Amino acid sequence: MLSGRERIRNFCIIAHIDHGKSTLADRMLELTKSVPIREMENQILDDMDLERERGITIKAHAVTLVYSAKDGCDYIFNLIDTPGHVDFNYEVSRSLAACEGAVLVVDASQGIEAQTLANTYLASDAGLEIIPVINKIDLPGAQPEKVRGEIEDVIGIPADEAPCISAKLGTNVGKVMEQIVKHVPPPGGDEAAPFKALIFDSYYDDYKGVVIHVRVMDGRVKTGDVIRMMATGGEFTVTECGYMRATHFEPSGELSAGEVGVIAASIKAVRQARVGDTVTLSSNPAKEPLPGYRPAQPMVFCGIYPADGAKYPDLRDALDKLQLNDASLTFEPETSAALGFGFRCGFLGLLHMEIVQERLEREYLLDIITTAPSVIYKITLTDGTTVSIDNPTNYPDPSKIARAEEPITDAHIFTPKDYVGNIMELCQERRGTFIDMNYIDADRVDVHYELPLNEIIYDFFDALKSRTRGYASLDYELKGYRESRLVKLDILINGETVDALSFILHEDRAYAKARKMAQNLKENIPRQLFEVPIQACVGGRIIARETVKAMRKDVLAKCYGGDISRKKKLLEKQKEGKKRMRKLGSVDIPQEAFMSVLKLDE
Amino acid sequence: MSNGNLGLYVHVPFCDGKCPYCDFYSLRGTDELMDAYTEAVISCLRHWAGVLGGRGADTMYFGGGTPNLIGAGRLIKILSAARELFGLENAEITAEVNPGGDLYPFFREIKAAGVNRLSVGLQSANDGELLLLGRRHTAEQAFKAFADAKRAGFDNISADLMLAVQGQTEESLCRSAAACGRLGVRHVSAYLLQVEPHTVYGKNRAGLRLPDEDTAAALYICACVELEKLGFGQYEISNFAQKGFKSRHNLKYWHCEEYLGVGPSAHSFINGRRFHYPRGLRLFIEKGTAQDDGGGGGFDEFAMLALRLTEGLSDGGCLARFGRKIPPHVADAAKAYEKAGLTSCSAGGFRFTRKGFLVSNILTPAVLF
Repeated sequence: MLSGRERIRNFCIIAHIDHGKSTLADRMLELTKSVPIREMENQILDDMDLERERGITIKAHAVTLVYSAKDGCDYIFNLIDTPGHVDFNYEVSRSLAACEGAVLVVDASQGIEAQTLANTYLASDAGLEIIPVINKIDLPGAQPEKVRGEIEDVIGIPADEAPCISAKLGTNVGKVMEQIVKHVPPPGGDEAAPFKALIFDSYYDDYKGVVIHVRVMDGRVKTGDVIRMMATGGEFTVTECGYMRATHFEPSGELSAGEVGVIAASIKAVRQARVGDTVTLSSNPAKEPLPGYRPAQPMVFCGIYPADGAKYPDLRDALDKLQLNDASLTFEPETSAALGFGFRCGFLGLLHMEIVQERLEREYLLDIITTAPSVIYKITLTDGTTVSIDNPTNYPDPSKIARAEEPITDAHIFTPKDYVGNIMELCQERRGTFIDMNYIDADRVDVHYELPLNEIIYDFFDALKSRTRGYASLDYELKGYRESRLVKLDILINGETVDALSFILHEDRAYAKARKMAQNLKENIPRQLFEVPIQACVGGRIIARETVKAMRKDVLAKCYGGDISRKKKLLEKQKEGKKRMRKLGSVDIPQEAFMSVLKLDE
Repeated sequence: MSNGNLGLYVHVPFCDGKCPYCDFYSLRGTDELMDAYTEAVISCLRHWAGVLGGRGADTMYFGGGTPNLIGAGRLIKILSAARELFGLENAEITAEVNPGGDLYPFFREIKAAGVNRLSVGLQSANDGELLLLGRRHTAEQAFKAFADAKRAGFDNISADLMLAVQGQTEESLCRSAAACGRLGVRHVSAYLLQVEPHTVYGKNRAGLRLPDEDTAAALYICACVELEKLGFGQYEISNFAQKGFKSRHNLKYWHCEEYLGVGPSAHSFINGRRFHYPRGLRLFIEKGTAQDDGGGGGFDEFAMLALRLTEGLSDGGCLARFGRKIPPHVADAAKAYEKAGLTSCSAGGFRFTRKGFLVSNILTPAVLF
């Protein structure tokens, strides 16, 4: 391995979804001959199926490349691929803190999007050198010069040197590499100081335990050293350290200031080595941890239940396994009168929640029922105490509530100007407060709103997509809590409250949502032996009502010639089928009914 | 209660045409197989008489198909063999017939041979409905069949009616019911039309103009009320009889008693086993081997059949058969549906109401499991 910090370049690539971040990373691997061509698979860094399918990066990845520059020297490039979604902003910020530079990729046909801006701000807040790159110049609609202007005007960074590239075709990727050599400063740090490294990612390996990705800030660490996690306090003996190359691990026995590498130390679970924590040596600890550590904070919660109650242990095992690799996923057992045994799970955001649900279904083949997502509400009771509520079941009696608060976000929606009206309408419906609106260029607008988080987590993305034909992009961050007129909406089926269908929402939204929920349930609950009323209630007052009519006729009129086989088969099938229905009093509720209330936007 | 005697069922798989709604096993244009069929039925009866070692039968039922198509001679040949093998003392012996042609000679011959009950496929007294049902007779021809039967000395006659057919109204249904009263029948079977997948109706479901679920239910209730008014008391989901004229043979099915069925597609329940002869006339003639359907006669089955009857499920019946009363969870479940008008509970048991009968496919498992 080469030595000399002067030849190290630590950088990440930031971009809005689909602007070509992963493709550019792939080309860099090719250009540095890090991956034999025959092993080259598109988007090699996105190794989960889900990541490839959705074109998003869920977890950070880091890879060490060796680049032979035009000046005749070899440079060590540590490329850190960051998650590209708002749910993972904290993870992004930690990845950025491990770098000195950021390659900002902007799509030449789409221009700057909400996340372009959000990520750029994160990068400049982290003090990174930003290298703008205009990608997808091969597309017919590419307007590189217009986008160059946008970068200067909207972001305010010089873009005259920004290479125009096509990551897909490999055009001008070399220019990007040269700019990295030229503009990204080599890492600083004091090799003589006590060892201090930032954890920016970790993953679970069946043989090595948790492997942590670190950026060494000061000092050095070698195999056999006892390391300490400064926030969580755990101590572990280093079994291996070295560099993560594109296709393999390269042991080095030691990592020193300025380097990016991996450490294995028989760590059992990722929660013992949290992203953002500082690693130091037990024998000679650093005085202060690196700034910016924050334990993972779930913002969105929902109940997850097995469709078949007997699969409860399987669900628990699957969540345990997911958590090995995902410290931000939380779960605890929960019981519902309607759904039986399940888990209350916490997620960083809506995407995180969807990913976990999909992985449970696809990787663990579980058939699950999820309840409506909830945020954390802060409720001050009349006796002065404050409680945090993330589960409608625990919502206090309204007479005991002095004050209710809900989380508010600062949201930016980037959109072609034609859709501004639709977006404003949507944001008004979702109780948004207009802040301002700025033209990014002649056609595109940044619409700035304050939006309650509970409006965003509830199918906001779908609504945004359908009202802007997919052209708008959203970015938001939590701003704080605000007093709000919250109510708990209960659904009664045949006079009994279905706990799994309750949820907390703003008073003004209760009527519309209640009506829609009742309608959806009516459509998804089959006719029963008797009329089944569906009622939506707020504080004991019925605000919407539907009725599932009683079944009138289902009979085998003829049991002819002693042939009872059909009737018997039917009976046996029903005996089995009954085990799969959710029984609520005397009403059988199919799984679809529970799922039908999760998507209410027409 | 069971007296240890069997019921005998003979499936006669011949028709002069296929009704578009019917999925019973029947063939046409196979007259040349009738003699071989007759022999096969008799040899089957002989086989079982040997296996069962002298057990008697006290009901016999010729069902179809159209039993009158094989002619009185063959029918009587089978009946004689059965009498010789199974006794048939004081037996109820029924033959199904479909109207059309001159049935009087047939009736006279079989009456003389001991057939004492007829079941006539009237279906409707409305020619428009008969046409839409694809029946090959008119109401007038059917009326004549009843008259001929009486003339031949039959008193115990049943008529089949169909409910919820195309074009049917409560009014036309009442006229069909009234016809049953006028014709002097003792028993009526009134079946709700069921569209079966492998029938002409089933393949052309979209082209049918059948009453919707609610209308069909109303027609069923209307038939029950109307027949009751005419003196036919309901005793099963689809069966109504004057006092003393319930079908003894069919009651064996519903009481979960034993019966032997011969002929293609005929079902049997003997010594705790259920089995049947597969569909396929030639197969029956050549091989005549039955297929096992597994054990039968357990509580679920017993209860499911009992709940088809207006007498319902009783503690007494369960005690006699299983040595215990109705399981408490079943009784409780039945009670829970009483308020909705689906069941009627009394001290020693419960039954389904008419509303309950209409949804018995769902109500039965809801109560039993």
